[in-house]
Amino acid sequence: MIWHKETTLPKVDLVVLPGGFSYGDYLRCGAIAAKSPIMKAVKSFYEIGGFIIGICNGFQILTETKILPGALIPNTNQKFICKDQDLIVANNKTFFTSNFEHNRTISIPIAHHDGQYFLNGPQIEELEQNEGIVLKYRDNPNGSIKDIAGVCSKNKRVIGMMPHPERAIDKKLGSVSGLSMFESVISNF
Amino acid sequence: MTLNEKVFKFKVEVILKKGVLDPQGEAIKQSININNLGNILDVKQGKLFELTASSKNREQAIKEVERICADLLTNSVIEEFKYYEVSE
Repeated sequence: MIWHKETTLPKVDLVVLPGGFSYGDYLRCGAIAAKSPIMKAVKSFYEIGGFIIGICNGFQILTETKILPGALIPNTNQKFICKDQDLIVANNKTFFTSNFEHNRTISIPIAHHDGQYFLNGPQIEELEQNEGIVLKYRDNPNGSIKDIAGVCSKNKRVIGMMPHPERAIDKKLGSVSGLSMFESVISNF
Repeated sequence: MTLNEKVFKFKVEVILKKGVLDPQGEAIKQSININNLGNILDVKQGKLFELTASSKNREQAIKEVERICADLLTNSVIEEFKYYEVSE
């Protein structure tokens, strides 16, 4: 665990930005955390090709730092949505999704108020051309453009997603799809 | 604040860009219509910031305000801003 006021990262294989309403979502979700001292080090880590995963608020922080394209805005129904969610694996050529078949449906919980992914028209085309859409919602719950639930960077080493894979790691929790994602990471090192 | 600095006050308005869904604005519009408060075709909800700057001159203060707007107060993917100086 690295404190947000730190300015350097220790030697790590992977940086995980977890969920959690940093700064109470003041200003915009993830906006103030994106300016934390540690984020300069995370950006440098990205620039040298480091592996990064941002989950929920972590995804929002990655878009605010411009490491990932787009922005997350409030759900169209203005409600906090917390439920199991079916997702489609739109790109299985990433270090986080390589354990899945292309287009396979998996179930991972979502828990967010600001999960609507937005990008304008030309930027969406660019994201599609770069195979940047990693996960899509089945029955889009929040109004995300093109049903987008998760995206990756051009170099495929940074992934951001609104669903919580860490909450789907045991059959007792309803799904092990999240576990499969973390196993993908390990098998790619 | 040092002796050769002056205080400049600004208001900054931030609004969603055209094409970005504004569910809060939509909910407010529905409430206006349901309550027969007026014939409103569209509502957009934005943010208003008041910035009090301490700078050696107006030009420097404006430069700083512009940077704050672009770097922190707005996300250029979804929002646009305008600012103006106010006397009080």
